Parts: sequence; C-alpha cells; structure tokens
Amino acid sequence: MANAAIELKNITKTFGSVVANRDVSFTVNRGEILSILGENGSGKTTLMNMISGIYFPDSGQIFIDGKEVVIRSPKDAFDHKIGMIHQHFKLVDVFSATENIILGLKGKDKFNIKESAKKVSEISHKYGFDIDPNKMIHEMSVSEKQTVEIIKVLYRGADILILDEPTAVLTPQETQKLFAILRRMRDDGKSIIIITHKLHEVLSLSDRVSVLRKGEYVGTVNTAETNEGELTEMMVGKKISLNIHRSEPKGCEDRLLIENINCVSREGTKLLNSVSFTAKSGEILGIAGIAGSGQRELLEAIAGLQHIDSGKIIYNDPKTGEEENLRDKTPLQIRELGVRLSFVPEDRLGMGLVGNMGITDNMMLRSYRKGKTVFLERKGPHDLAEKIISELEVVTPGTETPVRRLSGGNVQKVLVGREIAAAPTVLMAAYPVRGLDINSSYTIYNLLNEQKERGVAVIFVGEDLDVLLELCDRILVIGSGCVTGLVDARTTTKEEIGLLMTKGKGEEA
Amino acid sequence: MLAFLVSAIRLGMVFLFGSTGEILTEKSGHLNLGTPGIMCVGASCGCFAEYLYLKSVGPYASPVLAILVAVVSAFIGAALMGLLFSFLTVTLRANQNVTGLALTTLGIGISDYMIAKAGTSFGRASKFFSASLPFADDLGWFGELFLSHGVMIYLAIAVAIVCSFVLSKTRVGLNLRSVGENPATADAAGINVSRYRYVATCVGAGISGLGGLTFIMDYLNGNWEYCIDAFGWLSIALVIFTVWKPNLAIFGSIVFGALYIASSYIVGVSFAGKELFKLLPYVVTIIVLIFTSMRSRKKNQPPESLGLSYFREER
Amino acid sequence: MDNKKTKKALSFHIVKREQTAWYIGLAIRAAAVLLALVFSGIVITLLTDKNPLAVYKSMFDGAFGMDIRVWSLFQDVAILLCISLAVTPAFKMKFWNIGAEGQVLIGGLATVSVMMFLGGKIPLPLLIIVMIAASVVAGIIWAVIPAIFKAYWNTNETLFTLMMNYVAIQLVAWFLKVFVKTGSGVLFPMPEYGFPVIFGQPYLLNIIIVAVLTIVVYIYLKYTKQGYEISVVGESQNTANYIGINVKKVVIRTLIVSGALCGIAGLLLVGGTNHTINTETAGGRGFTAIMVSWLAKFNPIFMVVTSFIIVFLQKGAQQVSTDFRLPQAISDIVTGIILFFIIGCEFFLNYKIVVSKNGKEND
Repeated sequence: MANAAIELKNITKTFGSVVANRDVSFTVNRGEILSILGENGSGKTTLMNMISGIYFPDSGQIFIDGKEVVIRSPKDAFDHKIGMIHQHFKLVDVFSATENIILGLKGKDKFNIKESAKKVSEISHKYGFDIDPNKMIHEMSVSEKQTVEIIKVLYRGADILILDEPTAVLTPQETQKLFAILRRMRDDGKSIIIITHKLHEVLSLSDRVSVLRKGEYVGTVNTAETNEGELTEMMVGKKISLNIHRSEPKGCEDRLLIENINCVSREGTKLLNSVSFTAKSGEILGIAGIAGSGQRELLEAIAGLQHIDSGKIIYNDPKTGEEENLRDKTPLQIRELGVRLSFVPEDRLGMGLVGNMGITDNMMLRSYRKGKTVFLERKGPHDLAEKIISELEVVTPGTETPVRRLSGGNVQKVLVGREIAAAPTVLMAAYPVRGLDINSSYTIYNLLNEQKERGVAVIFVGEDLDVLLELCDRILVIGSGCVTGLVDARTTTKEEIGLLMTKGKGEEA
Repeated sequence: MLAFLVSAIRLGMVFLFGSTGEILTEKSGHLNLGTPGIMCVGASCGCFAEYLYLKSVGPYASPVLAILVAVVSAFIGAALMGLLFSFLTVTLRANQNVTGLALTTLGIGISDYMIAKAGTSFGRASKFFSASLPFADDLGWFGELFLSHGVMIYLAIAVAIVCSFVLSKTRVGLNLRSVGENPATADAAGINVSRYRYVATCVGAGISGLGGLTFIMDYLNGNWEYCIDAFGWLSIALVIFTVWKPNLAIFGSIVFGALYIASSYIVGVSFAGKELFKLLPYVVTIIVLIFTSMRSRKKNQPPESLGLSYFREER
Repeated sequence: MDNKKTKKALSFHIVKREQTAWYIGLAIRAAAVLLALVFSGIVITLLTDKNPLAVYKSMFDGAFGMDIRVWSLFQDVAILLCISLAVTPAFKMKFWNIGAEGQVLIGGLATVSVMMFLGGKIPLPLLIIVMIAASVVAGIIWAVIPAIFKAYWNTNETLFTLMMNYVAIQLVAWFLKVFVKTGSGVLFPMPEYGFPVIFGQPYLLNIIIVAVLTIVVYIYLKYTKQGYEISVVGESQNTANYIGINVKKVVIRTLIVSGALCGIAGLLLVGGTNHTINTETAGGRGFTAIMVSWLAKFNPIFMVVTSFIIVFLQKGAQQVSTDFRLPQAISDIVTGIILFFIIGCEFFLNYKIVVSKNGKEND
C-alpha cells in the first residue's frame, strides 16, 4: 500500500514461557484512525510497546513508509515520529507541564523554559486543548495529565500517535472532547492508533479496526462495514451472550448500614461525601462509577483501612441481632468483634496477597493467629490451599510456588477462594474480574452468586456496565465521592447508569 | 572567633565536596553508601600521585602542576569507584545499599594500603594547597575570612554552584532529575537512563573524592589521619539536611564544620568533655532527620525512586 | 527468512529466570567464590611478585595453620554470625538497620561498665547475669530509638542508625578518657571478670552460644507467628494493614529483638573475648554483617557459610600480609573483592543472557 505509515510483519514477543504476541501483522495508513481491539491480556499493549521502543520483539519486522526499521529504544521511536500515550502516564510528578513535555529532547537551540512554554501554548490552541504550561503535574486532574501526554508527543512532531486505553479514566464529556481532538489530528494527516476494549468507542471513532485475541492477530475490518456482534465474535472467538445466572434474592435483611460517611484526603479534597446505603444479606449490591470516584475509599473505610471523618458504619450481626459500629476500628478489632467481613481488594498482589509467598503462606494471612502457641500452624492452611487448587482449578506447579508467578486469573482464584473460605457474612470485591480471561471471570461470577445464595451480603465494585446489569440485584452509582443514584439492576439501562455516573461533579456540597 | 570561623569553613568544604557529589549521585536515583570509601580513595589517590610526582621532580616542583596532579588523580581514583558501583547496580542490577557498604569496605582497604606505601606525611605537598592570595593578609578580618583560603576551598564552592546551576537550569539537569524521580518516564522520553546513572554516579564520586583530598591537604596540612570515612557518612547526612540542593549545601557544610570543631574552641571544657562535644554533628543530624520527617512536604522530598534500580523489561 | 545485510552479528539480551534450580544457584555461587579467590590471588601476586601458590598456601596457613588459628577463626566466625543474625529480622522487614556497629559497641560498653564497677563486689555468676542484662538492654535502647521514629514518623532509618553508630563510638571514647586512671585511653583487660573458660578453650563458650542463637533465630523467623508477621511487613505493608497487623508494633518489636542480639554480640566481644573495650571493638563487623545476611538471603543456616567464607579470607589475607610484609589493609581489600563477586553473581542467579544471531531466534 502506497500510503502505509507503518506496517508490522510477523511480530512475536515472549516473556519467559508466556507468549504475549505471536505472528502479528497489520498496517496503519496516513490520515486514519485505527483501533486495536482485544480483551484484557490479548497483547495489545505489549504490541504497541514494541512499536514505541519499550520492548524489543523476539522476531518480526517493522516498516515505516515502506522502509524496514529497527526500534530499540523510545528514542528510536521518536526519530521515526512515533509517539505513545501510555495508559499509566509517564510523567514526573514534581515537574511542570512544560518541563515534562521537553524532557529528553535534544535541543540545538538554547535551553529556555519560557520559549518552550510558549510553543506548548501554540500547540494547545491549534488542536483545542486547555492547559496551563506551568502547572505542576501533581496538582493536575487525570484528564489534564492526559493532555500533557498528548502535547508531549505532538511537541516532538509525532506523525503516528498511539493511545493506550485513553478513555478508561475519562468522563463521557471528556471522552467526547478527546475524540474531537483526535479527529482534528487525523484530518491534519496524522495516523492514530487507539487501543481499547470498548466497542461503542471503536465504532464511533475509528476508520478501521484490527482485532487481537490471546496474542494473535485475528483480522482487520472497516468500521463502516461492521457491527458490535461481528467485532465481539472476532474478539472472543465465539459468540457470547453474557448470560450470567441470577437468582432472586431470598431472605433479605439489612446487614450493613452506611450512614452519611465523609472522608477528606490529606490534601483537603473530599473523597467521600455523605455516602449512605444499605447492603442486604442474600443480594449482590453493585457499585458503579468512573474509576477513582471513591469506590476504593468506600470499601477500605468499611474494612477499617481508611479513616473517615464522620458518619456511621453499622453492622447487623445475624446471630445475635446486635448492632456494632465499625467506624474507627482496625481490621483486627473488627474481626475480634466476630464480624465476618471478607474483602477482595483491587490490588491483588500488593494488598490481598503477598506475591513472593506460596499459596499456603497466603492462606495463612487470614488464619495465622489461630492457636495458643507462638508457633505457626501450617497444616490447616496447607489443606485449604490444596482444596482451593482442586476446587477452583488453580493452575500452579505447587502450593509453595510464589503466587506472583501465577497468571492473573489464578491469582484471583486464590484470593477469592481464601476470602470465601472464611465463611463471610459480608463479602466485598473490588474489580474482581479486571484483567481476567472470560472463563476465570465466570468462575468468579459463580462464586459470588453462590455466596449470595448462602445469604451473604455481597458488594461488587465493577467497571463493565453489562456485567453489573446482569449480575447484581441493585446498583449503587457514585460520582466524585457522592451517591448519585440507586437503581434496580433488572429494570435499569446502561444509559441511565451512564448518566448517573457523570452526575455529582460540582453539584451540591 | 575568627579563627573558629576560618577553621569551620576549611573543614566545611570537606563536607561540601562530599555532599555535592552525593547529591549528584542521588539525583540520578542512586543512594551511594560507598561515599565514605570513595572519599578515602580520593584522598589516597591524590596523596599517592602527589608523592610520586614530588619524588620524580625533586626540589623543582611547579605549584600549578603539583595541585593539578593531586586533584586529577583524586578525581579519577574516586570516579573509578563510582564506576564499580554503577556497574554492579545498573548493569548487574545489584542492591544499592549492599553494594555501597561493600564499596566502603573496599575503599578504606585500598586507601590504607596506598598510604602504607606512600607514608603519612605530605607536608611539602600541602604547602601548595594552602597557598593563599598574597594580599589577603592586608585586608584584616575580611581578608582572613574570605580570601585567606587555599585553592580547594574556592574549588568546592565553585563546584557546588556549577552543580546547582546544571541541575536546575539546564537540559542535562532536567533529564538527570527525571531519571531519579521516575526512570520509566525518562526512558519513555528517550533518555538513556543507564548512561545518566553511570555518568552522574562517576562524576559524583569524583567530586566526593576531592573532599577526602581537601581534608588531608588543606585541613590537616598534609598529615594523614585514618578517619575520613566519618566525613563520608556525615556528607551523606548533609544531603538530607540541605534537601538535595548544592547551593544550600554551601551553608550547611559550614554549619557542620562548625559543629564538628566546636569542642576545641569552647573554653572550660575538660579533656574528656571534648569527646562528648564531638557528638554534636551526629546528634544535630539526627534531630534534623526527625524534624524533616515530621513535616513532610512534596517539595523537599528525596528523588522518588532513590535507591531503586530500573529495568525496562521487568514485569 | 530473507537474508538482509548483517546489521549486528550478535545481540545480547537479558531474560529473567523463571525459577533457579538449587544446584544451579549453588554452582553459580561456588563459581563466584572461586573466581574471587583467583582474582584476589592475582591482585596479591601483582603486589608482591610472589608465586601465587605460595600466596594461597599462606592464606590457608593463616586460617588453619595452627590450633590457635583455627580456634580464632571459629571465634571470629561466631561473632560475625551473631551480628548477622541480629540484623536479619530487621532486614527481612526491609528496615535498613546499618547501626549494628553502634548497637554492638554500646552493648560492649554496658558490659565493660558492669565489669569495672561491680567486678569483685558481687559473686561472679551474679556479675555475669548483670552483664548479660546490661548489654541486652543497651543494645535494645540503641536499636529501638530509630525504630520508634521510623514507626511513627517514617524517619529515614538508614541515616538514623548510622548516626547512632558515631554517638556510640564517641561515648566509648569519652568513657575511656574519664575512667582510665592512667590517662592513656587504653583500658587494661579484666579477664578475671569475663566468661568462664570451658574445656580449656577460651572461645568455645562463645561458639556454643552463637550456635544456639543461630538455631533459635532460624526457628523464630521460619516457624513462629512473629516471624511470619516480619515477612509480611517486609513484603508489603499494604497487605499487613489489610490483614490487621499492627505495623508500628511489629517494627518496634523486631528492632527490640535485633538490638538485643547486637547487645549479646557486644557482650561476647567484651565479656567473652577481649575483656576490655576501645572504639574499634566492633571493627566494622556491623557493616560486614549486613552483607553476610543479605548474601545468605536472610537464611541463618546459609549465613554460617557466608560468614565463614568472609572470615576465612580475612584471616588468610592477614597471614599473607605478615608473611610477605604487606600492609594489613590487604585484608580489607580482599574482603571487598569477595563481596563484589558474590554481589555480582546474584545477577546470574536471577537472569540469564540470551545471545541471538542476526536477529533470528536462538532460544
């Protein structure tokens, strides 16, 4: 193709024994937006990291404007006018926007921050960004940081822009703004590659779509000639209807009452603003919201890990019928009260488990205090480890293999398995299927449903609205730390939740 | 009082070299606990080269060359130690604390060995270093306080100012700071993280090494003492004291110098009591450490990835 | 594949090892020690122009040549091992306690004070009990002060403990100036108040004590609840909070253990070996111990081996320096060399280098 900006041929990359990309080939043209679509873990980011010089492919070729190139470092990528905007922003917190933008540039001209700041403003005007060049990164919002990242690559004169899941952290309004800017860049003749797993974005923004599945290239289609059904099929390999089994809630009683809790960060911003809700036994309460709206703080406050400034967390003991206020109690004190609260945190290896320990030792995290002697009792945890491995089909060389060596799905099975083994009355799970393949995700859904049927009050924080709609009984929506709605999952629509998610910004104090 | 201040400045410059070098190193993300050993090696390499030089030229030594030989050898010797540190921590990805401590052991060993060969008296060489401006004596207290010093004192201040300028006002400085703050970001921006770490560590070590030389040739007038490592540790502490700013280190180092020698200048302290007074710089450092940790602010924090190694393909 | 013009004949890249089999680990470490021996042999030969074999012979002589040397070798291993055991719990918790030097010294100072002021006034068994108590308490105080500040205000423990070393050294210097009547600053040994000699071997008791401590620390770290808490806090403070471990309490408690063991090391050095003190009594072992512990991956049993290797080389190098009239500092240099080889070999335990030719795979 004459106007191919970049062409990949048979790219393969492995990490140890894990194949991240196998024989991937595709083309991006000048003046077009190409979406790379794939599930979590399908190798999209790894592939893009090879174009931008973060990783080096094990084999295969990359052509730019028809010439073969070797991209060994991000610097090489810049030289070929490739710029990547990473999902996790690569910015130095204590630098200003301009300092971050000019970082690493070889200047022939004199080093002059003021001049550079002026040029940053020029680029902002050209494409319609809104940014203060002298603001420090640690004082910026997520969307501002993303803007800095985009200007950074434009400042370097990039013609090929790669954006890794750029909308994951944005509100719908911010997303629309970003899309408008991207279209303007395309019309300016730039090639844009956008990595995403959100189908509606693919359809509304891109010209063509390339699909990856489990590290392999499936194919490329023109957006105008395809639909959601076809893309989903390409992405997951077979047609799936998200049929999650959902039983009717039985014997519901109020288990956990959250009354007006407020929480202020060290910098003085409100993380949680008068949040109130009730979690009932025998049902799954979903929590929806844009990432970073206070979901983590809410769950950690209940678990005794986050200090709250006012409000009550009332636990209703099913055995005694007594009420306990869990506020200002440490996790240990909560357990000593006899409250059986299980928590599957978002950060599995950094909080829920110890990556360098084996499964047995990780089981012990919850139970090591048992027994009167100063010595550890290993037999029980070991048996539990074996039980979880066989019942949840955890793939591992053995009970002593460090869990960080396991795949994401297996890590999550170990964590959820342990939390369920404690026979909880309240089970909180934050993004429990993030990064998991479809099969593991369903294992987790089934486990949560099983708990619900046993009369556990399940709180499920999720990001995929389709899953929330099919799995939960009620859905609590939060936006910017406020409760913006509580809806019945059986009757609501995605649109309604989407609208509620974006409410709460700047509304009422 | 005047003598006290002059003395404090002379000793302070030992700390200034040490901590300017360490600041440069730490800005790249390397916590080099080998600085005590590096300062020893700097001192001994400088002295050894000087000893060889004076032996070879006999009585006709050129003052400029005499100084140059010692300074360049001290710098190179110390920078080689920095190279060893970088090789282990960057290329072989070793733990920085452990490597630094091993480097200190090795450095003290090497320097003691060299001094055992060269003798412990460098009085003649020291004369070159303590030569001051001819008209300093005519200017009274002003002259004595600011102009009476040997060349190393002015060199120390110049180096600190240059480092301060490079770090805050140049492209190289910006890149270097980004390497220490967030190497993944620097890497993605096309900065060669390994090269910056290697160069900053070697140059930093070289500068620290000059501190050892200053101590022997200027402060002790050429009489070797086996206690340079203590100054190395204090230099590392001074880095925190001055919140990673070489220009602040100029004043901080003089304060440290003053604390260190205070015992000799306070009248009415017994012979034994002086030993207790020597606790001062250490106790002050501890107090400063505690205070800075109690009121932590975003601005005055160490480089974010200090002490952490960076490997691009880690996952 | 098409044959493009050769860009780079060979290209290296580094791959993380999935899991290192124990025999490969052992082989790499043994190779590192061997290389270090060869390298230090070469260095010494270059410095002396002597036959390298003579140098090695002299090294072995220094370590094993006479009964007394063997005993002194094991005594030094015991002391180094004791300090290594002391720093291990703290390091396992990622608390960089580099103040073992000061903790040992202050333990020694407490011991020597008891010997000096109570010696002869109370019966020997009671005296020894007081010595033990005093040294342990002194060591704990020196370690726990930084720990408290670390726990509550996150004060940098590396520099804090380091400064505490010098405070301890200055206190010893002051003590010697004040209480040595002659004014020479050298305290005359007081073996009459030291540990009893068993089986006619002055060092045997020390060695037995450290052997017992090694097993105790091994069990403490591996099989007790407190040891488990140390591991969790060291791996991830987030996880520790999540399961309800009081991190502050664990930090302080662990440093009490660490300090107490350092105090005992000081006791063994003063009460069981030198029967006197000077500012060099700890002799840099506080720093060497950190490396012993780290290189042994915090496993007390492996530490026996690492401390033995280091002491053996130091002793050997000392003998070389006497035999060939070299400065004593050669022993520090040899220690440094071996440490670097062992530190460097860690890389080959965790990574392997893959060489590919012409961009083609060569796995």
